[in-house]
Amino acid sequence: MKYLLLKHYRGAPTPVNDVPMDQWTPEELDAHVRYMRDFAARLEETGEFVDSQALAPGGAFVRSAGAGQPPITDGPFAETKDLIAGWMIIDVESWERAVELAGELSAAPGAGGKPIHEWLEVRPFLTESASVTE
Amino acid sequence: MNESLLRELVPAVISVLVRRGANFASAEDAVQEALIRAFEAWQADPPREPKAWLVAVAWRKFLDAARADASRRGRELAMDAEPPAGPVSGADDTLRLYFLCAHPTLPPASAVALTLRAVGGLTTRQIANAYLVPEATMAQRISRAKRRIAGLPLDQPGDLSTVLRVLYLVFNEGYSGDVDLAAEAIRITRQLVGLTDEPEVAGLLALMLLHHARRASRTGEDGRLIPLGEQDRSRWDTGLITEGVAILQAALARDRLGEYQAQAAIAALHADARTAAETDWVQIVEWYDELLALTGSPVVRLNRVVAVCEADGPRAGLAALADVSPDLPRYLAVSAYLHERSGDSKRAAELYAAASRAATSVPEQIHLIRQAARIRAGGPRKA
Repeated sequence: MKYLLLKHYRGAPTPVNDVPMDQWTPEELDAHVRYMRDFAARLEETGEFVDSQALAPGGAFVRSAGAGQPPITDGPFAETKDLIAGWMIIDVESWERAVELAGELSAAPGAGGKPIHEWLEVRPFLTESASVTE
Repeated sequence: MNESLLRELVPAVISVLVRRGANFASAEDAVQEALIRAFEAWQADPPREPKAWLVAVAWRKFLDAARADASRRGRELAMDAEPPAGPVSGADDTLRLYFLCAHPTLPPASAVALTLRAVGGLTTRQIANAYLVPEATMAQRISRAKRRIAGLPLDQPGDLSTVLRVLYLVFNEGYSGDVDLAAEAIRITRQLVGLTDEPEVAGLLALMLLHHARRASRTGEDGRLIPLGEQDRSRWDTGLITEGVAILQAALARDRLGEYQAQAAIAALHADARTAAETDWVQIVEWYDELLALTGSPVVRLNRVVAVCEADGPRAGLAALADVSPDLPRYLAVSAYLHERSGDSKRAAELYAAASRAATSVPEQIHLIRQAARIRAGGPRKA
């Protein structure tokens, strides 16, 4: 079963250790980056890693303005908008395992070397094929 | 079997098929199939004449495909099964493949893919892997590109500047997936140097070699970016530097300066300095002036600002920055650096943090936020 672990720049409940990254020390940043890398490497070893991508904070809402018209854009995003920072996709045996891993990822170290305990959104994928019941 | 030796044969084999009357698109498909066969079959039993083997297998694949196509259309195949012995002009044919694959009507991403396949001899899967797209997507991108250039004559001289731009794009992609694209770009450019008599081609090769020489020192533990000034210069590849400088000097002696030679000259001046402090920034600024005159590029103007700062101090750098468009991706990062050098730490940290939000890659984002963190923690800039 595939799950999406979604990380937010904004819009998730406030993390326990809520200090913006540019206020950390360089060593704290290094420790954080190392933790994230090790986490992904470990999931590759267990055969549970699928993909991980980061998003830039920029962008805009876009919608069609009708045939023959250029699309309408609405952006940059307002400060209040829920803003996704990136994701990891994992392929695991159960919801419990997905939650366990999201918990580990959320415990990445932040300011003061203490776990951030940030809120990650965990979402199951809808599968492509309907399951056959006979 | 040495994979890159095998790949080197690909453009020549495509040319043979085209000389025998195949159109470029079908010839290229047939050679790709033969190449994949070769990867499978040659592990156990490499042939004595690799090129002849590839030509024979590719020609058979081509005939099979052409026959299937002809019978689908209910037509006779007007192609001799036995190839005519055409005139041999291998070098010119290969050069024309470069022009065709990087044809100005192709979007850059398509030109890159087609060049890697038809000139570089990579498989669709390897190219897809390197650019992180599904194989089917890459296959479509390549066949659309081939349809777009179908019917273009293969015997016309092409535009060398687009070929060089495509090769430089490949080089800058670096190492991704299981293919070392930077090394591939060097190999293909080296091959092009042998086919042309154009100092800019040599200039591009020199530029690639000089940059490649620094690769090991460019990233540290955890993939962290290490800026030029902080790199461990003992890890620079002196063999590549020597070769790059020699190629550049020979090109410059021809007295037909172009943007790649000018960029390579800047890279060579960095390579010359045993420590960052010994860098000849005054000469580097002069080369940036040449480069700016040649290209008028806003990115060059921005990079020149950093050189001006090093040569004439941060005040001169900030003055030069006033002429640069703030819309450029690295504008904030350069501005942050100049403010730090001018002693305005508070503003520099703010600018680095803002620059990290505007970064276009993860390593750059981390590097810039780390610069902000370093200044706020009161750390000195490593020289």
